[in-house]
Amino acid sequence: MSPGQLAWERACCALDLLAANPKRLRGMTVRARSGPVRDVFLEALTKRFGTIQKIHPAISRDALLGGLDFTETLATGRIAKTKGVLERDGLLVLAMSERCPPELAAIIGARVDADDEFCVVLLDEGSEPDEAAPTAISERLAFHVSLDGIGRLEAKPPPKRRSSGDLDEHSLIGRKVGNDPARENLTRLAAKLGIDTLRIPYLALHAARAHAILEGRSDPNSEDIQKAAELVLAPRALHLPEPETPEQAPTESNPESKSNSDGETISDDMLIEAVQAALPPELLENLRNSQTSRATGTGAGQRKKGNRRGRPIPSRPGRIDGKSRLDIIATLRAAAPWQAVRGRLPDGPLKIYPSDIHLKRYEERSDRLIVFAVDASGSAAMARLGEAKGAVELMLARAYATRDHVALIAFRGSEAELLLPPTRSLVQTKRRLAALPGGGGTPLAHGLKAAAELGQRAQVQGLTPTLAVLTDGRGNIALDGSANRAAANTDAETMARWIRSLGIPAVVIDLGNRPQAALATLAATMDAKYIPLPRATAERMHDALETAMDHGLGT
Amino acid sequence: MTTAFPFSAIVGQDDMKRAMILTAIDPKLGGVLVFGDRGTGKSTAVRALAALLPEITTVRGCPVNSEKPKDVPKWAEIETKETVTRPTPVVDLPLGVTEDRVTGALDIERALTQGEKAFQPGLLAHANRGYLYIDEVNLLEDHIVDLLLDVAQSGENVVEREGLSIRHPARFVLVGSGNPEEGELRPQLLDRFGLSVEVRSPDHIEERIEVIKRRDAFETNPKNFLRRFRPKDKEIRERILLARENLSSVATKKPILRDCAQLCIALGADGLRGELTLLRAGRALAAYRGDGTLERAHLKAVAPVALSHRLRRDPLDEAGSATRVARTVEEVLG
Repeated sequence: MSPGQLAWERACCALDLLAANPKRLRGMTVRARSGPVRDVFLEALTKRFGTIQKIHPAISRDALLGGLDFTETLATGRIAKTKGVLERDGLLVLAMSERCPPELAAIIGARVDADDEFCVVLLDEGSEPDEAAPTAISERLAFHVSLDGIGRLEAKPPPKRRSSGDLDEHSLIGRKVGNDPARENLTRLAAKLGIDTLRIPYLALHAARAHAILEGRSDPNSEDIQKAAELVLAPRALHLPEPETPEQAPTESNPESKSNSDGETISDDMLIEAVQAALPPELLENLRNSQTSRATGTGAGQRKKGNRRGRPIPSRPGRIDGKSRLDIIATLRAAAPWQAVRGRLPDGPLKIYPSDIHLKRYEERSDRLIVFAVDASGSAAMARLGEAKGAVELMLARAYATRDHVALIAFRGSEAELLLPPTRSLVQTKRRLAALPGGGGTPLAHGLKAAAELGQRAQVQGLTPTLAVLTDGRGNIALDGSANRAAANTDAETMARWIRSLGIPAVVIDLGNRPQAALATLAATMDAKYIPLPRATAERMHDALETAMDHGLGT
Repeated sequence: MTTAFPFSAIVGQDDMKRAMILTAIDPKLGGVLVFGDRGTGKSTAVRALAALLPEITTVRGCPVNSEKPKDVPKWAEIETKETVTRPTPVVDLPLGVTEDRVTGALDIERALTQGEKAFQPGLLAHANRGYLYIDEVNLLEDHIVDLLLDVAQSGENVVEREGLSIRHPARFVLVGSGNPEEGELRPQLLDRFGLSVEVRSPDHIEERIEVIKRRDAFETNPKNFLRRFRPKDKEIRERILLARENLSSVATKKPILRDCAQLCIALGADGLRGELTLLRAGRALAAYRGDGTLERAHLKAVAPVALSHRLRRDPLDEAGSATRVARTVEEVLG
């Protein structure tokens, strides 16, 4: 069978299991771009579940949680509420879940916890590895299905599952669970795969049981456990288990040997093989550089939109001036208690006085992002990489005080690397910074390019970026990767001009032992403030950064 | 979730369990903040605590759970003097809640149907004399946080809106939980929590297996499971009640006060709230353990939970403040 067929079969199996026991398995994450394959899958999903409610991440709170139906309330004279999406029956499908804000994720996650009947399918259209459905929801759902790499022809509508013995709740609840080896096997395996939360092995356990019952068995055997490991654990693996060291065994040998004697157990190795086979290829890729791919690090928090443009704040009484928007509900609310006093006739119109008028108010705030581009080349390391790190740390402490977001880019050798995407977690920033090794050429142009690109992306997201470039200015790697000093300088200059054209304010901090005229010129091209480190105190650097940021906010 | 998971069946997480018990013994401690990894049983523990707490006496129908008829606010329009016992209220403050719902607002139904201006009490009223639980507290919107800060400080909810002018007592134990990855907490709110606990997934594989086993046993056959743990839960409840009685008689000697102060100075904790909480928590622990005097051992045990979130935060300290506290405790108390 081709890999595509295998993946498709796995996806269909997850669907069957979910349909069999939605109360325990709670839902799935479907990672795929929209396309015919996903359409076939969603159609199958609709067939199994009947009603489906599709929502998107920008859904308003009223639509989600329900609110007061004002027309109805006024007409009938008693409270009428609209039902929010979360209060209605049916499977909830969250489209574009990779863009789900953490608040929404938390609300839906809490709902999954609170209500047995509530199932969620997250459609994850993320294209980058760090774009993913919010863990606050996805870790409460059993399955994670990736439809990437499945050909249109391989995606045949799944046949209706032959269900041997209907899976009714009675067969699951209240029955005696003896010494189920699945519990131990799956928990152990999850720990080995680096899955921290205990929700996942628990979901895997139920997946194994559901599979067993669909196959007509009352207790899960090794095949069911393997299937559960494939479907539930594999997509969440953070690292592949290391070969067991025999030294560890003696301390735990007692319980282990006991469980081995209790009926059927399967070796972990077998399970690990099953998991390995089920790992999607891009995941293996991630596993290799597991430092950056620790999935927990790319939680929703980092991608949190800084710009809460127009967060509504309570409306205020005011006069209609043609510019502000009338808050009808607040106005009616203000007028309502007085209707009897104002002598409104039973069927007459509402009596609204000018003093009832409430106007909507919005608060707009744009969060700031400081992008640190740090030169970690050999020459800079020679100079004062350590001091640069110290300087960044000082600025980070200030950034913490002003609740700014920070991002960290390092450039050395022949490329620039985004060590930390925009985040507010300063501890992480510091950790990455401390771990930053020095050495190699100085790809200054790469560094500037990466910083500019990040800044541009941040602008699109509504953040206000500021660049802080720390370098010794001895760029010697051109953008095409060649070690050509002249070309490197031209490229750096081009990038500097680009940054200027983007209107991103910047500060250049010279790490060299003595100030360099070339770097000062480059800074001028970038329209950035230039500070030579020998004379830089934390105070001065911060002031410079602060001025640059104010300048940025002003434009 | 109809029945709560029994408190005594929670595997490990001793710090968290102890902190919760301490707030139950002395509500004036000011609540607990539980911060940590996903899926470590934070909310499970809070719900379990709710089931564990002793009952309180209230005037029947009183929206703010007043103990005596004379305390019932006038706007509640309650005539009865009859009192009933009811479980300690544990009120959930969901994310996405409106300001109206939290503080209470004009009762629209009555306004519309009867043209009367009446107050509809909010969550703060219901939480009076009980617990207010906020899951994902770090994601709470700023304006709700502002509101809570004010009320948690004064113990009184003041509503001045829509022509209403109402105040009612709102003394509650604030319990918050959250995941630090999603954002940090404002220092002002942090300070309102008496104790703070960091939880982590258990490292030990046997412990993890035990968690899964118990959860499974609970969900497959809740009745049996509850029967198994009821005696233990009852024991904890009785110890809490006993500790409440003994709390005032725990002797505090002068040298211990000096220890508290020294510890807080060495840590550079802001304000005096640190000392007070440390002292209170220590006394509660002494009472819980049935000891008559507050000893250094008690302080040592509670110092990390009482102080770690009060340090002048060094955002770059990786070690985590709990470690810093433990280190300083060793230095100061030896």
